[in-house]
Formats: sequence, C-alpha cells, structure tokens
Amino acid sequence: MMIRYKTSNTFPKGGIHPPEYKLTQNVPIKPLPIPKSVMIPISQHIGAVAAPVVAKGDYVKTGQLIASANGFVSSNIHSSVSGIVSKIDTIIDASGYRQNAIFIDVQGDEWVDSIDRSADVISKIELAPEQIIEKCKESGIVGLGGATFPSHVKLAVPKDKKCNTIIINGVECEPYLTSDHRLMLEKGEEILIGIAILMKALDVEKAMVGIESNKPDAVEHLKELAKRFPGISIHSLTVKYPQGAEKQLIKTLTGREVPSGKLPIDVNAVVHNVATAYAVYEAVQKNKPLIERVVTVTGKSLPAPGNYLVRIGSPVSSLIEAAGGLPDDTGKIVSGGPMMGKALQNTGVPASKGMSGIVLFRASESTRVEKIACIRCAKCVTACPMNLEPHLLATLSMKAMFERAEDEKVTDCIECGSCSYTCPAGRPSLDYIRLGKSTVMKMIRERNIK
Amino acid sequence: MSSTIIVTIISLSLLAAVSAVILYFVAQKFHVNEDPRIDDVQAALPAANCGGCGFAGCRNFAEALVAAETFDGLNCPVGGSEVMKLIAGMLGKAADETEPLTAVLLCNGTPEFRPRTTRYDGVESCRIQHNLYIGETNCSYGCLGNGDCVKACKFGAIKIDNSTKLPVIDDSKCVACGACVKSCPRNLIELRKKEKKDRKIYVACSNCDKGAIAIKACKAACIACSKCLKVCEFGAITIEKNLAHIDAKKCKLCRKCVAECSTKSILEFNFPPRKPKVETESITING
Repeated sequence: MMIRYKTSNTFPKGGIHPPEYKLTQNVPIKPLPIPKSVMIPISQHIGAVAAPVVAKGDYVKTGQLIASANGFVSSNIHSSVSGIVSKIDTIIDASGYRQNAIFIDVQGDEWVDSIDRSADVISKIELAPEQIIEKCKESGIVGLGGATFPSHVKLAVPKDKKCNTIIINGVECEPYLTSDHRLMLEKGEEILIGIAILMKALDVEKAMVGIESNKPDAVEHLKELAKRFPGISIHSLTVKYPQGAEKQLIKTLTGREVPSGKLPIDVNAVVHNVATAYAVYEAVQKNKPLIERVVTVTGKSLPAPGNYLVRIGSPVSSLIEAAGGLPDDTGKIVSGGPMMGKALQNTGVPASKGMSGIVLFRASESTRVEKIACIRCAKCVTACPMNLEPHLLATLSMKAMFERAEDEKVTDCIECGSCSYTCPAGRPSLDYIRLGKSTVMKMIRERNIK
Repeated sequence: MSSTIIVTIISLSLLAAVSAVILYFVAQKFHVNEDPRIDDVQAALPAANCGGCGFAGCRNFAEALVAAETFDGLNCPVGGSEVMKLIAGMLGKAADETEPLTAVLLCNGTPEFRPRTTRYDGVESCRIQHNLYIGETNCSYGCLGNGDCVKACKFGAIKIDNSTKLPVIDDSKCVACGACVKSCPRNLIELRKKEKKDRKIYVACSNCDKGAIAIKACKAACIACSKCLKVCEFGAITIEKNLAHIDAKKCKLCRKCVAECSTKSILEFNFPPRKPKVETESITING
C-alpha cells in the first residue's frame, strides 16, 4: 500500500507573519532616468573585491567591463552608463562601510555593440553548459535576492556532488518589497527561459518555482507560461516569513532538510532567485551583463511608491526623487526589506546589485521599543525557523561565552530577525546573536588556519 | 520526651565521630602535595584577579611563577616591579625591571571635531555597532563611545565624558592590565610608558585613511603631513599607514611636535603652561 504524505506548502517549524504592506504590487516597473553621474562600488558581491581595469579619464560604454573578478569567488563589474571615469575613490556604500567605487560622469547612453537591446524574446538556448557558466561569470551575475553570492560558483557543482532539483525563489517574503513580483508578471517568459538555461547548465530535469500565495496573479501567469516548459513546476506557498530563506524554501518544496553546516548542494538542490534567472536570461540570450536591476522604492509616507529599473550605481537619492521626494517625517531609510535590510547612512549611497528595495520608515515606525528583562515566554524559540534557541544564543554572546555558543550552533543562524520581531520584551536578540555568530566564525577560521 | 533528645544527641555524635575517622583517612590517602610557596606568592600578589598577566587569576599566576625557571615574560602589571622583586626574592630568582604603563585613548573625535552623521539606536555595545557599520560619524576608525572599555575595566579607571562622548582614563587608577585594550573592537587603546607626573604626549588618532578623507570625517584627525616627523630630534616618530606614531621609549617629552601638528591631533597632558613667547597654544581636551 502506498502511503501518501500530506504535502505541506510551508516549512514546518518557526516563522512569523509580519504585516505585508505590499504597496507597490500593482505599480508597473518603470525605468529610472539615467543620473548625471554614477558611483559603481567594486565590491557588490560576496567574496574577493574586484580589481578596477579602467583609470581616471577613460571613456567607457554601457556594459563595458570596468572591474574584473579577483579569484573564483568574485564577480565582474560592468559600467551601467556611458561616460568618462572621473575618479576612483572611497565611498560609504549601502552596507555601511567604506569601500572603493568607480565614479563615472554620464555622457549620452552608448552601449557596447555586442549587447542585443531589442525586445524580442529568444527562447532557443544555443550555448553548451560550460559556456553558460562562463557567460554568467563574464556578465557578473550574482544572486539578486540580496545575498549577492556569485552565481557561477553555484552553477559549478563539485564533481562528487550532484544537483537534481533547481529551486527558483519567487517567494519575496519580506514585507513591502514587490520587485520580484512585478518582474514575474512582466518578464515571466524571460524568467522561465532563464530557468531553462540554468537547468541546462546544471544538467537537471526538474525545476520548482516557489511563490507565496499573496501573489496569485504571478502564480497564475507563470503556471500558464510554464505549460510550454517541460520540467518547470510552479508552486503556490502559504505566506510565512522567512519562506524565502534558502534552507526554508528547500524544506518547503522538496521536504529535504539541509544539515547543519552544509550547503543546499548537499541535499542535491541549488537555489536561485527569479531576478537572477532573469539576469541569466539577459546574459546568455541577449549578451547583456548585470548593469541594472529592479528596485522597489516604498514607504507609507512616500507620495508615489513604485518599482524602478535602476542602473547600478545610481544614487539612492535619485530613486527617492523619482518616487516623489523624501517625506519630512522619514526616520530611517532601509536598503532591502524591513526584516533583513540595513539602514542607510545617507541617501548618497549608490544602488548596488544586491539592493532589492528602498523602504522609507516614518520616525514613529523606526524607533526601537524599550527593552526589558527576558520574561521567559519562549516566543523566540517558537519563531526560530532554524530550530535554535535565540534567547540562549543572545545571552551567551552577551556574556562572551562563545565556545558554548558554538556548541549551540550559533553559526546556523540565518539572521532572519524573527526572534527580535516576536519578542514581547523588546529584546534585541539578533544584535547579540550576530556578534556571537561573527566571533564564532572568526574562531573557526583561525582554528582552520592552525 | 527527654529520651528522644538523648537518643538523637548520641546517634548524631556517633555519626559525626565515624565520619571524622573516615574523612581523616580519606584526607591522608588523597592528600595533594602543593608547594607551600604558592600560597605565599599569592599573598604577595595584589589579588586583583584582573588577568593582566595573561593568566586566569592571581592563583594561576602564582603557580606559574613558582613553576617557572626564569621570570622572562612573567609580569604583574598591577603590582609592577616592586611586587615582582619581592616575589623574586621569595623564590630566589631575578626579576627584570619593568616600566609602569598606562592606557591612553588614540582618538580625539569629540562631537566638535567629528560631526555625527547618523544615529545608532541598537544595543549599547561598541562591538555590535562595529559589526554593523562604520558608526555614527564618517570616521571608520574612531571611538564609538558605547563604553565597552568602561565595562571591561575592573578598577573603575575609565568613564565616559558626557561632553566629549569619549572615555577618559584616570591615570591614578589605571594599572595597565590591558582589559580595555582587548575590549575595544577598533583597537583604540594603547598601553604607554608612564612618565613622571603622568605627563603624556601621543597622537590621539587612529585613522588610517588618506589625509583628505580623514580630515573630512574628523577635524582632529592625523593627516600624516609628517611635520612632526621633521621636528622630532630623537627619531621617536614614525608614519605608517597614513598615521603618525610616537614611540614612548624614544620620546623625551620636548613637546615640539605638539606645537607643530597641523590638525592638533598630538595631545599633551599634565605639563606646566608653556612660556608666553611660544605662539602656538596647546589644546587640552578631556582633562
């Protein structure tokens, strides 16, 4: 007798339900006007910083390589505009740290000739798997969900491991953000071709696209289109944060659990974002490097929140300007979603590859609640999607008991912030856990060197 | 009633006597021969248990001293030479002369010099803030002012000055145990040679950015202009990574560099006022 398990459409343990505030889900993607000058950071990815290959005074075209990858886990950076390189100088970027950036004064918009700028959808995949990976590497494709891990590294599966399922992340579980949602509605076919390209590169037959059920139009649209693509299935998932986290999404869609300290490939899965799939399509079929991305600019006080196709390196101020200007009551500007995003230092920072949204909070929304002593309610334990004990990890970090924190698997924390969000005592558990996690990671690195 | 009391007293006394006999033999059997000198040495140590010597506490340090063949690398910063010589005499060994040290803060980024550009409302911890971003000002090297060093100091020698938002180190209380040095995520605290009358001259800046960037972030930043380097007659000043550093061992406290410094990032403390003919006036911040 065959036992049929009830297939659940969300991950089993933890998670929270923050209010969604998807203010911009019906606003079509609009290209942002090219700014007068751009600042392109040379490190927009995880891994080694790219090395600039242009110098002050050089004329660059749109799509031209301006900084090349420095090692395997690194990524190429291309010019998003045409113009003169005015200087290479340090800036404070969206991550809040100082780093080098290439400043370009815009002159017209002259593209590199090899880029196909027509609107035609090319569905025939001509490149071989190795060529696809090479193309992704050349085009500087990184994970556009926010982590910005170089995509070619994920595609180059080690010989002793085998991928049998590609998981495409269209969950967009962060409140406010709608950039992936709009992209799925407007570029659905391109995304599916992109997925087919990824399937070819990894030599797999099966791809699963996970979309939360608060985007029924995107689910329907992709389901309709997917009929023409063998092997690609579209799944509507129950809304729950952090469903879009890699390990949670794998669990939801395949039932496989990535063991502690392992990668998705250890359970034969590779996860890519829908926006990455679109970028792969553009790189492989249209020969277009990653020089623009969709950014949601939103906030309750913002006059005209919207989704914008932004050239990398455009200042955030130009995005806010396009959305109606900075409201007077703004207290905090967050790059990324409100749960995992990072507050910006100022509006002069440039848009980078990992910037999925700009969320403006009112001063009243952005203040922290006063923290009181832990009341031992264990809500954080219930909310933790990684089966950790956030209150314990926070205390261990606070008391500098890092060896114990390592035993308690602090390194498994995905920093989703569910613990801090759910805490009725207003305890900033994640702040402490992050400190513990980074210290333990450092300890492990030092041990490995020895 | 009275019989109950008598029975209780007798039975408990018997129990106590039997236990005492058992404990006596157990103590004989498991007796650990410990060097009696360890107790003496421990008594001579300051009992601060600060960890400044690199050991977990005074007891561990005493054990190490008794076991050590020479006193190389063993030093109690709290007790200093005096205590080490006393212990050396007790153990029949020689102790090196060590110079007393004191902690100084290599940052003078007061709100006046270093304007605040953002507001941090997270946990009050320098380490956490340092992990998050460059801090409330545009200087990615300067003091964050959340007082990790204050919490680390077991001698109450550090407190945050409310007007400058910088920690102030009380020389009379500082024993140079180095706990604050370890606690600072930006390595802003240096242990320097303690001079007569607690006189100090040092470069109060840690900004390794190029001069133009450093001065934009903080008006009191060292811009590595090397004026101090030229004026120093004792070769005490070196410039590395866009930052000047005065070697306390070579410095003769002549104060020429203080007068020469173009951004007033070299500070002097506890000196008598300069003679009026010297035009440049010294700045004294935080004490």
